[in-house]
Amino acid sequence: METTTAVNTSAWSYELLPQEPDTLQMRLAGDWRLQSGIPHVETLVSQIDSSPKLQSLNFDSQQLNSWDTALVVFLRNFIHNIQARGIHADLSGLPAGVQRLLNLAETAPSRGRDDEMFEKDSLLNHVGETTLEFWYGAPKALNFIGDCGIALFNTLRGRVRFRRVDLGLLLQGAGPQALPIVSLISFLVGLILAYMGAAQLAMFGAQIYIADLVGIGMVREIGALMTGVIIAGRTGAAYAAEIGTMQVNEEIDALKTFGISPIDFLVVPRLLALVLMIPLLTLYADLVGILAGLAVAVTIFDISAFEYYVQTLRTMEMSHVLVGLSKAVVYGICIAIASCLRGIQCGRSSAAVGQATTSAVVTSIVFIVITASIMTIIYQKLGI
Amino acid sequence: MQQVAIAPQVNNAHIEVCDLTAAYGDYIVQQYLNFSIQRGDIFIIMGGSGCGKSTILRHLIGLQEPAKGEVFINQVNFSHAPHNQQEQIKRSFGVLFQSGALFSAMTVAENIALPLSEYSILSKSDIRDVVDYKLALVGLAGCADLYPAEISGGMRKRAALARAMALDPEILFFDEPSAGLDPVSSRRLDELILELNASLGTTIVVVTHELASIFAIGNNSIFLDAEAKTMIASGNPRQLKNECPDERVRAFLNRGEL
Repeated sequence: METTTAVNTSAWSYELLPQEPDTLQMRLAGDWRLQSGIPHVETLVSQIDSSPKLQSLNFDSQQLNSWDTALVVFLRNFIHNIQARGIHADLSGLPAGVQRLLNLAETAPSRGRDDEMFEKDSLLNHVGETTLEFWYGAPKALNFIGDCGIALFNTLRGRVRFRRVDLGLLLQGAGPQALPIVSLISFLVGLILAYMGAAQLAMFGAQIYIADLVGIGMVREIGALMTGVIIAGRTGAAYAAEIGTMQVNEEIDALKTFGISPIDFLVVPRLLALVLMIPLLTLYADLVGILAGLAVAVTIFDISAFEYYVQTLRTMEMSHVLVGLSKAVVYGICIAIASCLRGIQCGRSSAAVGQATTSAVVTSIVFIVITASIMTIIYQKLGI
Repeated sequence: MQQVAIAPQVNNAHIEVCDLTAAYGDYIVQQYLNFSIQRGDIFIIMGGSGCGKSTILRHLIGLQEPAKGEVFINQVNFSHAPHNQQEQIKRSFGVLFQSGALFSAMTVAENIALPLSEYSILSKSDIRDVVDYKLALVGLAGCADLYPAEISGGMRKRAALARAMALDPEILFFDEPSAGLDPVSSRRLDELILELNASLGTTIVVVTHELASIFAIGNNSIFLDAEAKTMIASGNPRQLKNECPDERVRAFLNRGEL
C-alpha cells in the first residue's frame, strides 16, 4: 500500500495513510457540516477491500475544525463496514464528543433498502386492497345502519342517551345558520328554471305556465335536491370532520369506556337534526324558488303578480308538497348516516380526517342522487 | 421580588430576554422578565402549573409576540426582526412540543426527513443515513416506517426529539420533556439531553416542573410564579433548593417539605 487516498472539498476532507503493513490511519480535517453534505463510504470501502492484510484502523482528528451529525453519520457507516470485514477500529483518535455520540447509537445502521422509504404500492396491490376494503367495508356499513336504526328506535321510545343541549346546537347549525346559502342557491335555481322554461313556453304563447313549471319543479324535485346537496357539503362535511377528529383524539374510545355508545351519543342527535331541519329548509327553498319565478315572470314576461299567484295556487296540491318533503327526509337520513359513518371509520391521522370528510360529501351526494331517481320513478309509477 | 443571582450582562449570551411581558389581550401572564441564557447552558424554566412557563417558551421560539420587551438571540433582536431574519434565526432552533406534534400523516422516518429535505442539500440516501442515525440515537431503530398512531406515547416523544435535532440545531427547546414518560425513559431522556449538550455544545432550554429532571440536568434556571406574575428566583436549581431566600421556591424544590 504505497498509495495514499486523499479526498478534498472546500469543507470536509479525509485522507487514508498507511502506517504499518497492517494498520491504516484516517486523517480527518476541515468542517464536517450537514450543510456541505456527507461523503459516501462506498469508494472508501472498496479501497479497504483492496488491501487484504489490513488489521486495524485508527483516526487522527487534529486538523478537524468543526463537526456535527455529518461526521458522526459518515463514521458510523464507515466503522460498521470495516468492522463487518473483521478490521479493528480504534476510536481513541476521535474527539470525545464524536466517540460518545457513536456509542449512544448502539444499533447498526440499516442499509440496502434503497428508495423503499418513499415507495408506492403497485397497481395490482392497490386494486386488491381496494377490493378487499370494499368487501369487508360493506357489511360494516350495513351493521352501522342497523345500529343507527335500533338507536333511533330506542330514542323515539324515550331512552334518550345524548345531551339535549347538543341537539339544540346541532339543530341551530344545520337549520337557521344554513338559511343564507339556501336562500341564494334556491333563488338562483328558481330564476334559471323560470327563465329557461319561459323561453320555450313563450313560443306557444303559454308564458303563464311558468308558474306551473317553477312551482311543481321546485316543490317536487329541485327544492329538496338543492337543499340536500347544500347540506351535504356544509353540514355533512362538518359532521365527518368533527367525528373524525374525535376519533383521532381518542374521544370516541373515551365515550366507549363510559359505556356510552357513540351511535347513541353522536349519531342519533345528528340524524334527528338533519331529518328535522332538511324538510324545513326544503319548504323555505321551495318558497324562495317560487318567488324567483315570480320575479322573472313579472319583470321579463309581463305576467302580473296576481295572475302568477292564482296560477300557482291552482296547480299546487298537497301531494306535491308531501312528495318533496318525503324526499327531503330521505336525503337527511342519507347525509347523516354517510357522514357519521365516515367520521367513525376515520383513521388516526390528519390526512385521514381529510379523506373522511371528502368521502362523506361524495357518498352523501351519490346517495342523494340515487335515491332521488328511485323515488321519482316510484312516485311516477304510483301516480302520486 | 427576590433574586438569588442576577445573571451579569455577558456579551456572548445566546438568548437574552429584556423586560418581557407576556399577555393574552389585557390578561398579563408574566411580566418584568429579565434573564440571559449562555451558550452551552442547560437552562430550566420552572414553576407551578399554570404560571405561564409554556407561554414564555412560545415567546422564545417566536410563536407569540411579546406584549412588551424583547428577546435577543445571538445579540439579534428576534422579537422585532423582519420576517426573513426571523425565519433565518428559527432555523437554528429545534423544538420538542409537549405532545410531540409529529405529523400524523407521515411515518416516523418521513417526519425526521422533512426538515432535512427542506433545509439541507443532502441527497435522499444521505438523508436516510441521517434519519437512521438519529433514530438509533433516541433508541427507535426499527420504527422508521411506523406511523405516529402506531407507536406508544414515549416512543412518539423520542421520535419528536429525533425530529427536533435533525438539523443539529444550536438551541433545543423542550416543553415538558418528561410528561407522560416512565421514570426510566425519563432518565434516559435526561441523559440524552446531557450528552447532546456535552458533545455538540447545544444550548438547551427546558420547561418543566419535574424535580428529578431539574436537578439532574439544569445548571441555570428561573422560577416563575403565577401570583406574582413574574420570576421570583433565578440561578442554579441545586443551590436554590437550600439557599433561596424565597420560601415558595424552596417549598417547590423540596416538594413542599421544608
